[in-house]
Amino acid sequence: MNQPKIPVWVNIALIPFINIMLALFVSALLILAIGQNPIEAAGYLLYGAFGYQEGVGYTLYYATNLIFTGLAVSIAFKAGIFNIGGEGQAYIGGLGVGLACLAFDSSLPLFAIVPIAILGGAAFGAAWAFIPAYLNAKRGSHVVITTIMFNFISFSLMVYIMDHWLEKEGAMSLRSRDFEESAWLPSMQDILATFGIQIDSSPLNASFIWALICCVLVWGLIWHTRWGYQLRTLGTSTSAAVYAGINNGKVTIWVMLISGALAGFVGLNEIMGFNHSLLLNFTAGYGFAGIAVSLMGRNHPVGIVLAALLFGALYQGGSELAFELPSITPDIVVAIQGLVILFSGALEHMFKDRIESFFLRRSAA
Amino acid sequence: MTTPYAIELRGISKRFGAVQANKDISLQVPAATIHGIIGENGAGKSTLMSIIYGFYEADKGEIDIDGQLTHIRNSQDAINAGIGMVHQHFMLVENFSVLENIILGAEGGSLLKEGVQAARKELQRLEEEYKLDVDIDAIVEDLPVGLQQRVEILKALYRGAKILILDEPTGVLTPQEADHLFRILKALKEQGVTVIIITHKLREILALTDNVSVMRQGEMVAHRETALTNKEELAELMVGKKVRLTVDKSTAQPTDTILSAKNVSWFDEQGIERLKNVSFDLKAGEIVGIAGVSGNGQSELLNVLSGITPLSSGEIHFNNEIITTTNTKNPQQMRELKMAHVPEDRHKMGLVTGFEAYEAAVLGYHDSPAYNGKVLLKRKAMQSECLERMQKWDVRPPNPYLKTANFSGGNQQKIVIAREVEQNPDALLIGQPTRGVDIGAIENIHEEIVKLRDAGKAILLVSVELDEIMALSDRILVMFDGAIVGEVSAKDADEKTLGLMMANALNEDTQTGAQA
Amino acid sequence: MFESLILILDATLRVSTPLIFAALAGLYAERSGIVDIGLEGKMLGSAFAAAAAATFFGSAWIGLFFGIMASVFLALLHGFACITHRGDHIVSGVAINTIVAGLTVTLGLYWFDQGGQTPSLVGAERFGPITFPFADALADVPVIGLLYSELLSGHSVLVYLAFVLVPVSAWIIYQTRFGLRLRAVGENPHAVDTAGINVAAIRYRAMIICGILCGIAGAYLSTAHNAGFLKDMSAGKGYIALAALIFGKWRPMSVLLACLLFGFLDAVAVRMQGVEVAGIGQVPVQAIEVLPYVLTVLLLAGFIGKAVGPKAVGRPYVKERS
Repeated sequence: MNQPKIPVWVNIALIPFINIMLALFVSALLILAIGQNPIEAAGYLLYGAFGYQEGVGYTLYYATNLIFTGLAVSIAFKAGIFNIGGEGQAYIGGLGVGLACLAFDSSLPLFAIVPIAILGGAAFGAAWAFIPAYLNAKRGSHVVITTIMFNFISFSLMVYIMDHWLEKEGAMSLRSRDFEESAWLPSMQDILATFGIQIDSSPLNASFIWALICCVLVWGLIWHTRWGYQLRTLGTSTSAAVYAGINNGKVTIWVMLISGALAGFVGLNEIMGFNHSLLLNFTAGYGFAGIAVSLMGRNHPVGIVLAALLFGALYQGGSELAFELPSITPDIVVAIQGLVILFSGALEHMFKDRIESFFLRRSAA
Repeated sequence: MTTPYAIELRGISKRFGAVQANKDISLQVPAATIHGIIGENGAGKSTLMSIIYGFYEADKGEIDIDGQLTHIRNSQDAINAGIGMVHQHFMLVENFSVLENIILGAEGGSLLKEGVQAARKELQRLEEEYKLDVDIDAIVEDLPVGLQQRVEILKALYRGAKILILDEPTGVLTPQEADHLFRILKALKEQGVTVIIITHKLREILALTDNVSVMRQGEMVAHRETALTNKEELAELMVGKKVRLTVDKSTAQPTDTILSAKNVSWFDEQGIERLKNVSFDLKAGEIVGIAGVSGNGQSELLNVLSGITPLSSGEIHFNNEIITTTNTKNPQQMRELKMAHVPEDRHKMGLVTGFEAYEAAVLGYHDSPAYNGKVLLKRKAMQSECLERMQKWDVRPPNPYLKTANFSGGNQQKIVIAREVEQNPDALLIGQPTRGVDIGAIENIHEEIVKLRDAGKAILLVSVELDEIMALSDRILVMFDGAIVGEVSAKDADEKTLGLMMANALNEDTQTGAQA
Repeated sequence: MFESLILILDATLRVSTPLIFAALAGLYAERSGIVDIGLEGKMLGSAFAAAAAATFFGSAWIGLFFGIMASVFLALLHGFACITHRGDHIVSGVAINTIVAGLTVTLGLYWFDQGGQTPSLVGAERFGPITFPFADALADVPVIGLLYSELLSGHSVLVYLAFVLVPVSAWIIYQTRFGLRLRAVGENPHAVDTAGINVAAIRYRAMIICGILCGIAGAYLSTAHNAGFLKDMSAGKGYIALAALIFGKWRPMSVLLACLLFGFLDAVAVRMQGVEVAGIGQVPVQAIEVLPYVLTVLLLAGFIGKAVGPKAVGRPYVKERS
């Protein structure tokens, strides 16, 4: 005897699709409202994101950051924790990457610096997530509020560090000296060139590959290890976790460590892969965008890659759009991102309940 | 008498999904009487009262108040109709003062000052009239539960309630507090208030009420005038003559004591003693049943024995380990000591309903080497083992990849029992093994439990189903109010005696302070 | 020395004002059980709407009205998600903050074509300073002159309004029927429901008040403190207000003190920029900047006192099925 059930595709495809469509529909209304043709705008946007090699490169470069922060938010979500501190963790993680590069760029070759930088980014990002996690597990602090506070603390901390220790004399803005080329992550152009493939230059670099590897690692961790089993149990049913003897506090702490480490990898792309020096505000809201990515990607690495591609395309296409239609700013993409969070996050029950009960009735009949 | 009833229900029905909580219920309560409603847990008493108070709307049926057909769509309607309710879990704002709690919703003006003066006067009058003795400026969370309950009563009276409903009012009270409550209720009756009291305690019914109605499985099965009935009849009506379950089993051959509880007590977060000096021995090769109306400490006992909550005092001896307040064991360590646990609530505890069956089938044992390589889970091994067990235990459909939520109750339960039993434990705690399980699966599960016993396992069975307890157990312990109040061997047990023991009616006649 | 102290205190009043409005807004929301990290977005949205309307209509007051309208709309959107559809309060707040951050610049560019800013506001388009009687005459009197003419006099009407609204809020919350119900609904919505009161209606009303107050905060930023809207001009003030709300333990008077403390730190940080202090050297401004956040974290962790919020905050109210 089976109980009435909802087909799988309803939850993983239909409902997200409806939510995205709603967000895009409202976005289209917005574009109409500012006197532009949404279809024309979509054309520019798509062309900018996918129409030529450099555009595709930029799209994937933005997507790289979003994959990292999307994974960071979603692994915490999976354990029932809302890590809203991705922004700060990415920022401090970038500091770790930058320090690794500054310390070893004149003494070590690239293949030795890369693992150090990865570890540096992970360790710094994780450390920044550790304190809120620890305070939550041991002292009952609210993770959301504490991580928000830690975002702001990280902003000031970075200014202080850059200002006092790393500032390059005579630079226009606050930034460190440029790294030696031995600490530059190879660009995608160079990587593919070694295989004899020629592409146009873009900021896309080797960290994109690391982002994809992280997707696989996170997927493996969540669904193929006992630790993932524990975190999913905790995220689904606290009482079942208690029954199974899973230590809530311990799981919270290490999940947050992993989450912070993943966010910290944004620095690989931005600092080591593109800017080649440590600077301020390189996280540019990617930490918050990670929330949209993970919500839209249904907390699954495959979904996160797709969502990151969509948002990466919006970022890049948005620049193209602003270039073609000067009355539109790239900031419109931020509004669209917010609409996605609204419809696939905050208002997820608006249609979900109705659609689910529709399918339940159909299956019961 | 031609005066209309204070409240009359006709044909009230209410369904929650697949569960028919109330079926065609009719009830007549004369004014200025105390009316008892008794029934086992889950009989539908609370649902019925929630309908009268407008918390739920009935699917069908009519309610008359004082002979007037009344539509009660929400609590405001109920209050307007003169109905007050004291919920089992108090509906009080804990960090508010008594006064603030009482005037909430009946403030008497948009500024508090206006209403407060009048309220003070009125409350003083009510307190004197009914001897309620509550300091109205005290903060509610500082008051003992007995006084909090009086705040609830005051709240209802302040709103001019002519009909007062109390849901399990003595569950949280000491006997002295309960006696005080009864005096208050009798005073209310004398002032013309109609009282409806829901309880499963026979003593209270007999001591307090004028009339009593019995509910069983969502239906109203009997109405009696209290003076013309007795404990025995009520106990029988409450439990019902069920189809006798029979399980083929030989006489038990108990051997060594595997598990023993010595003066185990447990206090909850509010400091209320939920387990009181529980002591018993459990031997290999026997089934000990814990009978009792739910909420009398059975769940707490299972939690303490399985390591979910640490005990507050006493000792648990299990195999060669002595578990005390300082030497605590978490559920995982208890499993390693070979204690298995089929929890009472399989949806909340026993399974993760969002998981696929093969994942839920290792919950609690997920760290075991059988399922783990160095890093990765051995999913293939988990899946094939799950399939094997599904076939062995006749789980339908035998599909390890199906979401656990999509199995029927009986099949979910088999997944849980199989998981716990196949670990070859020395002791097995089983809570409500057949709750929400269809008849066919019940027999099947019962046979397996007996087979385990015959294989030399020590089994502790907790169930609110009396016939299940009687069919399976070799010895029966009865729990009441957190304590074990009696023990009978299975062959001496009959429903009537057990029913009386479960209501603590055998002991209380000798208790001091019992009502005449 | 005395003069610079007066100047710092004077600046404290000005930077505390938006914090007070926003923290009071958050207080109404959270007391009713709604977590609102969207204070930031509502402020920003209002700042834009107020500046835009002030430009169009040439009046700061009309600007204020439109700022409030925009903020109330966002507050109701938050209510719609959290109260009606049981959405996650945090997610909804993040959504609103993000939408507003993008939308203000987009509309700003479309309407004014100045890179997302609004034109500079002049004259009646701004809330000007109110000069107290005899302020000029008394300015040269030692001590009292500075206190009266610099510190007390010369602020915009909104600054005085903020300080008036604190005792008013305390009165509403502790002395009125609405306040009683508001506090009850954030603590135990079940008790409120069984007392025959509509839980959702109370929460929606709280959100409207929250919207109005955030609206004033935003309008203050763009039409009183500054002369026009700038991209991201709320700059985290909504979060500081949230911190002040927690630091003030959800009580109006304590929240006021927290806002003044955080405002004071801000004013000091600005004045300390690059200043050498004898014996210490340069005081790192960042260390002062992070103090509100660090203090809040410490408080939440129970290291300095205890912050216990309304019990039912952040949880949707669903009648449980027995």
